Amino acid sequence: MTDSKYFTTTKKGEIFELKAELNSDKKEKKKEAVKKVIASMTVGKDVSALFPDVVNCMQTDNLELKKLVYLYLMNYAKSQPDMAIMAVNTFVKDCEDPNPLIRALAVRTMGCIRVDKITEYLCEPLRKCLKDEDPYVRKTAAVCVAKLHDINAQLVEDQGFLDTLKDLISDSNPMVVANAVAALSEIAESHPSSNLLDLNPQSINKLLTALNECTEWGQIFILDCLANYTPKDDREAQSICERVTPRLSHANSAVVLSAVKVLMKFMEMLSKDLDYYGTLLKKLAPPLVTLLSAEPELQYVALRNINLIVQKRPEILKHEMKVFFVKYNDPIYVKLEKLDIMIRLASQANIAQVLAELKEYATEVDVDFVRKAVRAIGRCAIKVEQSAERCVSTLLDLIQTKVNYVVQEAIVVIKDIFRKYPNKYESVIATLCENLDSLDEPEARAAMIWIVGEYAERIDNADELLESFLEGFHDESTQVQLQLLTAIVKLFLKKPTETQELVQQVLSLATQDSDNPDLRDRGYIYWRLLSTDPVAAKEVVLAEKPLISEETDLIEPTLLDELICYIGTLASVYHKPPSAFVEGGRGVVHKSLPPRTASSESTESPETAPAGAPPGEQLDVIPTQGDLLGDLLNLDLGPPVSGPPLATSSVQMGAVDLLGGGLDSLIGAPNFVAPPAATVPANLGAPMGSGLSDLFDLTSGVGTLSGSYVAPKAVWLPAMKAKGLEISGTFTRQVGSISMDLQLTNKALQVMTDFAIQFNRNSFGLAPAAPLQVHAPLSPNQTVEISLPLNTVGSVMKMEPLNNLQVAVKNNIDVFYFSTLYPLHILFVEDGKMDRQMFLATWKDIPNENEAQFQIRDCPLNAEAVSSRLQSSNIFTVAKRNVEGQDMLYQSLKLTNGIWVLAELRVQPGNPSFTLSLKCRAPEVSQHVYQAYETILKN
Amino acid sequence: MGCRRRDPLSCRMLRGEERATEAENVPPVIPTPHHYLLSVYRHKIFFVAVVQTEVPPLFVIEFLHRVVDTFQDYFGVCSEPVIKDNVVVVYEVLEEMLDNGFPLATESNILKELIKPPTILRTVVNTITGSTNVGDQLPTGQLSVVPWRRTGVKYTNNEAYFDVIEEIDAIIDKSGSTITAEIQGVIDACVKLTGMPDLTLSFMNPRLLDDVSFHPCVRFKRWESERILSFIPPDGNFRLLSYHVSAQNLVAIPVYVKHSISFRDSSSLGRFEITVGPKQTMGKTIEGVTVTSQMPKGVLNMSLTPSQGTHTFDPVTKMLSWDVGKINPQKLPSLKGTMSLQAGASKPDENPTINLQFKIQQLAISGLKVNRLDMYGEKYKPFKGIKYMTKAGKFQVRT
Repeated sequence: MTDSKYFTTTKKGEIFELKAELNSDKKEKKKEAVKKVIASMTVGKDVSALFPDVVNCMQTDNLELKKLVYLYLMNYAKSQPDMAIMAVNTFVKDCEDPNPLIRALAVRTMGCIRVDKITEYLCEPLRKCLKDEDPYVRKTAAVCVAKLHDINAQLVEDQGFLDTLKDLISDSNPMVVANAVAALSEIAESHPSSNLLDLNPQSINKLLTALNECTEWGQIFILDCLANYTPKDDREAQSICERVTPRLSHANSAVVLSAVKVLMKFMEMLSKDLDYYGTLLKKLAPPLVTLLSAEPELQYVALRNINLIVQKRPEILKHEMKVFFVKYNDPIYVKLEKLDIMIRLASQANIAQVLAELKEYATEVDVDFVRKAVRAIGRCAIKVEQSAERCVSTLLDLIQTKVNYVVQEAIVVIKDIFRKYPNKYESVIATLCENLDSLDEPEARAAMIWIVGEYAERIDNADELLESFLEGFHDESTQVQLQLLTAIVKLFLKKPTETQELVQQVLSLATQDSDNPDLRDRGYIYWRLLSTDPVAAKEVVLAEKPLISEETDLIEPTLLDELICYIGTLASVYHKPPSAFVEGGRGVVHKSLPPRTASSESTESPETAPAGAPPGEQLDVIPTQGDLLGDLLNLDLGPPVSGPPLATSSVQMGAVDLLGGGLDSLIGAPNFVAPPAATVPANLGAPMGSGLSDLFDLTSGVGTLSGSYVAPKAVWLPAMKAKGLEISGTFTRQVGSISMDLQLTNKALQVMTDFAIQFNRNSFGLAPAAPLQVHAPLSPNQTVEISLPLNTVGSVMKMEPLNNLQVAVKNNIDVFYFSTLYPLHILFVEDGKMDRQMFLATWKDIPNENEAQFQIRDCPLNAEAVSSRLQSSNIFTVAKRNVEGQDMLYQSLKLTNGIWVLAELRVQPGNPSFTLSLKCRAPEVSQHVYQAYETILKN
Repeated sequence: MGCRRRDPLSCRMLRGEERATEAENVPPVIPTPHHYLLSVYRHKIFFVAVVQTEVPPLFVIEFLHRVVDTFQDYFGVCSEPVIKDNVVVVYEVLEEMLDNGFPLATESNILKELIKPPTILRTVVNTITGSTNVGDQLPTGQLSVVPWRRTGVKYTNNEAYFDVIEEIDAIIDKSGSTITAEIQGVIDACVKLTGMPDLTLSFMNPRLLDDVSFHPCVRFKRWESERILSFIPPDGNFRLLSYHVSAQNLVAIPVYVKHSISFRDSSSLGRFEITVGPKQTMGKTIEGVTVTSQMPKGVLNMSLTPSQGTHTFDPVTKMLSWDVGKINPQKLPSLKGTMSLQAGASKPDENPTINLQFKIQQLAISGLKVNRLDMYGEKYKPFKGIKYMTKAGKFQVRT
């Protein structure tokens, strides 16, 4: 007698049979029938037709039968809302049952039925249950408030449930407290601005008391909630830490990690001289190590978090290197993480051990792991100078194995070692050259070519070696081509006599036969340099290279601090802030570590304290990220390029490899004919006065068809941050041209002049098509409106989020940076209407994984209005179909960079919620396209 | 969809998908366009939880493990056929364990009061009397200060047994020296005592235990101040404590492996010989020894003779396994012979790693010893017992 018999009924008329059994008089038969129905439901069969019959079984005093019916209801109520009403009476009655188990069950189940009409009836029973005498019922009701809030937030607020929930934090039963905290945290997550969980020392005290007594899961909720609190001074921080520390010995790893989060965060406030600080550091190591003896899945999450912790506070685990040694039968995802942490912990003290281990790993079977191990050896060499020699000899040993991928990986890392320690290990070059023929991966080939070029004077047959690569020049990847070009130019500068022909050949290959702009431009630069001033060329091309950094792929400090606040969450697994991947419209608050505040000087309230918070707390200002800033600074900010001497500008750029970066400033030089300058559309090049754009604004105001939706201007750069210059603006798209409408206000006391603007590289290559023209000096308190035409031929770099634009504005006072998000619809081009057939074929062709679905709520338009409104923003309706009373709109749009996005919009008459399905070959744009839809339709 | 919904229905069985990767190597957190899939892989079944928003993944993974433990506890084994056979109970249990993403009852003794585990007898009784296996009383432990223990427990034989089990994880290098060694220890208890007993357990050498995780029943303050475990035990089987000893000098290595494995470059034969012997065993016998090793791809077959036990070599998976049995220190077990290698192919790049399994009864290799066990709060005299055992965890010898 097992349940598997429920799965075996596949006869015809099964539903009919079940129906008969459900209506049987015998209780036992009824129960068996409901069990069969549940079993069918589990395997995905549609048994919704039995709804009325199952609901009829609900009025029973058999608890098992009742539970089973409830299970069924939760699953099907949504598809049969009218029928579900039939169940309401029983629910309401059950909420009054003398047995607390039944009261709780009823309120719990009602909360899971997401039908509007039912929720109306839920309010009264829920209110009673929240004040029930039995704590089991109260704790169940607390969770129910969160469920209800998700269905109808307004209702929950209107009914005052939130206040009742807040009161439950002071409940006498710890389990009720924990559930109330959990429910409030969940509600707060969707309302980041609300002050639901406004914690104060009293409520914190209550939570800490409940923490000791509630279940393990409750402890997690409470700890996560504590982590959001900012203690008023170091004394309070310490006392909380003291009461949280015992959680580190909990058997549940999630409790341990949440406790670690609280401690890591509050530790920030403690002074390092404090004895307690040292004690705490010591206490953190053992539980982290213990997490590594758990199941592999838990280990993986723990390792991702430890990776963050060792970057923030390497001292905690510096003596624990050995626990990260890889075991032969660890799953690969654990192995890779351990390896990463090993390198982070590598130091002079333990490098011998680490190297021995890494060498061992390099002979394992798994290719990915072996590659990473070889790369790790190189990273050790760069990180710990004393070990470099040993690393190099280890790598040479590995090259001797002749295992193809090991050799290639080794060569790539040896190149980095050469960069870090120039002129030290070139004795190994001969060995490397022996393996030239076996290299088939672009990265390894490029590395080898770089080495040959760099040390050309010491390699007798350098010209032959490079020439051999030149034969298949056009089949090589860009990376290799660029490297080859540079290497041959280096060779020519070192041995000019015998290599003239070679350099001619490569220059003509790069400039005449290639259609890759990077390669062509680099070729032209070399050509001009070599022909005008060979001495300068030598200075530029053979310039001393900047040192490469010791630690590769460190997480940028601002991000790291934010991620520390997210220890134990998905963000910590992805090493990205939640805003980067959490779906939907839920706002996400950026968290930051609390500043160190001594109790003696704590006059400020906790709210104002973060003013002195670690750098980069404000994420919308350009962060201190070195490379980004470098990019912006190297861009020339002056209006038309006045052209700094070529040689010096490039020398500042430093690395020969980076010469590409200097191109931007060179291209503008008037006497230099380079293709990109020519591609700037002439009509956009003309300065567009503010009057002209006003005219456009007018037209868009009168006839909505002539231009896409324009958001109201928002403040991008507050005066406070820019020495009195306030910039607000918005983006527009009018008859094919994009512009940025700016409003500059001088709030300083001095006159502002010499304005210029520059964009950082961005996802769609947005760039100003004309200089920023402010005709007269901007006197104090004066405001000027400017429309800056934009084009999309700038350099492209993927940004996070995709539509992020970082802007630098200069005036006579200083240079200011800000970043803003542009609405994607300014990139929707006018010829974005796809042919019907083409649409169908493309829709089918794009894999289903790329499909993204969104809900657009509260939009009272009908299909025609939607269609015409979208059309004005270049979203074109290709076809329209009416299916079962719903209008299906099939739409297409094209982005400036040629990406097509296909959409299916489902509009139901009378229902203000639309369903939008997007398909695109580049699925990362979907989210932004959806936002564009939202903005266009709702404004 | 609930914003934090972990749909219990999706804790459905997905058979180990045989794709390019092995099942064990499927990462536990997988992002998809709308959901995150968190999974654990146990008993050759994936248990998957689907989440939509930011949640602590450890929370979910711990919970999934708890679900598997519960199934195992209910049904004895946790396998696909067993889950299918008991689908309704599985459904009912999941409902009790989780509400809209909030764990409800995860303690096995509470669950068993709510949903009784299926037994043949109960099935028969239920069929006759029409009663159900769903309890209609609120479990007494649910909200008390000792949620892990129900009230009114009664036994005729009162007994409390504790098993101290230690597993050694070690990596030994070619030359026989230890690279890492650590001990994962647990104290599992089986307590069947009437009423509300309050137990204390003290150790001869509590200083060994500096990295410990306790069952929630243990009073942490008492441990901090006196190094004594004081607790009101749950009823039945539970894990009182797990601990970790990693200081190298404390970890004795009880066995050694002597090996000589050579692949000659020119000939297509290689030599293979391993011997296993006892090292630091405090006079106890090592038993249940098995040796497994993944041989390189180039090995076509092996022709070996063991001095004791049986061995197999699977030419497809290249897995060598040798069931040794007991080690007699006077006559050390050995396995030797030849390997036939792929003709003409070069020497294999990787050296095989040897995995060792063994057991030593009546010994906790860390030296941990229980001093005494006392009971307060009840009048009767219970039977008490402590058992020690050492096992190999991930014990690897590199060659």
